[in-house]
Amino acid sequence: MHIAEGFLPLEWALAWYAIAMPIIVYGAYKVKKLLEEKPEMKSLIAVAGGFIFVLSALKIPSVTGSCSHPTGTGIAVVLFGPAITAFLSTIVLLYQALLLAHGGITTLGANVTSMGIVGPFFGWLAYKAVKGKVDLKIATFIAAAVADWATYVVTSFQLALAFPAGAGVEGVLSSATKFMAIFAVTQVPLAIIEGTVAALLIGYLASVKLLVKEEVTA
Amino acid sequence: MRFFLLLTILLLLLAKVTAEEWAGADEQAEELIKEIHPNYEPWFSPIWEPPSGEIESFLFSLQAAIGASIIGYILGYYRGKNAQNT
Repeated sequence: MHIAEGFLPLEWALAWYAIAMPIIVYGAYKVKKLLEEKPEMKSLIAVAGGFIFVLSALKIPSVTGSCSHPTGTGIAVVLFGPAITAFLSTIVLLYQALLLAHGGITTLGANVTSMGIVGPFFGWLAYKAVKGKVDLKIATFIAAAVADWATYVVTSFQLALAFPAGAGVEGVLSSATKFMAIFAVTQVPLAIIEGTVAALLIGYLASVKLLVKEEVTA
Repeated sequence: MRFFLLLTILLLLLAKVTAEEWAGADEQAEELIKEIHPNYEPWFSPIWEPPSGEIESFLFSLQAAIGASIIGYILGYYRGKNAQNT
């Protein structure tokens, strides 16, 4: 889902940096604060970050005949909310941009915005909407699947804004439809897989760690 | 959950029939960009690229391994701590 290096015009690359940076910094600040107040949360932050590492490394074939990868942000957003998720995603996106030439430094701002901020934010909204009404595992499934899928919808719009097919809003929308045909469709089964894995992990975490239960019901 | 997994596997098997080459969705997007804006030239290229597909796979698996090790270690730690307390 990452927009490749150099594939956003300079002004868009800068614009997305401007949007992402304050939230990454705020996320880093929240991590620091959380660790000061509850040092025992360190291991859970590591699990949430580890989940992003694993899931975003898996390129999975999908129904459209192409491959894509999940985002892994579901656990982080359920446990810690969107800001900390943005910070954790940035670490993973940096690893991939520098070592794998996957994504890029110029497009980092845009990729953090989609995978670390807006996607997880929708997952978080969905989670808040169903929390308490359904089982924790099902709520996590929904949060993770929504965060995953929304990430790719955001990417499609980011590309459409930079590469509209014509003038004005119509051009952008027409482009967005085309990018969505690639990203959003491929991503549906992957979002389901991601939701399932996230639900299993949160279920296990809740059974072995009392803190998880307190955190997710708080 | 099990139903979803089965459904996904089934869809994948179906997709195999229609699949052309299992290319990355990222590359397809790059092609689409070139189609919409044929004059666009990427203005920046990666500072460093994995020298071969094998090395790229290695680094991807390393990424997954780092994450999986952290999760496995901590889950084991919680589990052990639980066993101690009961």
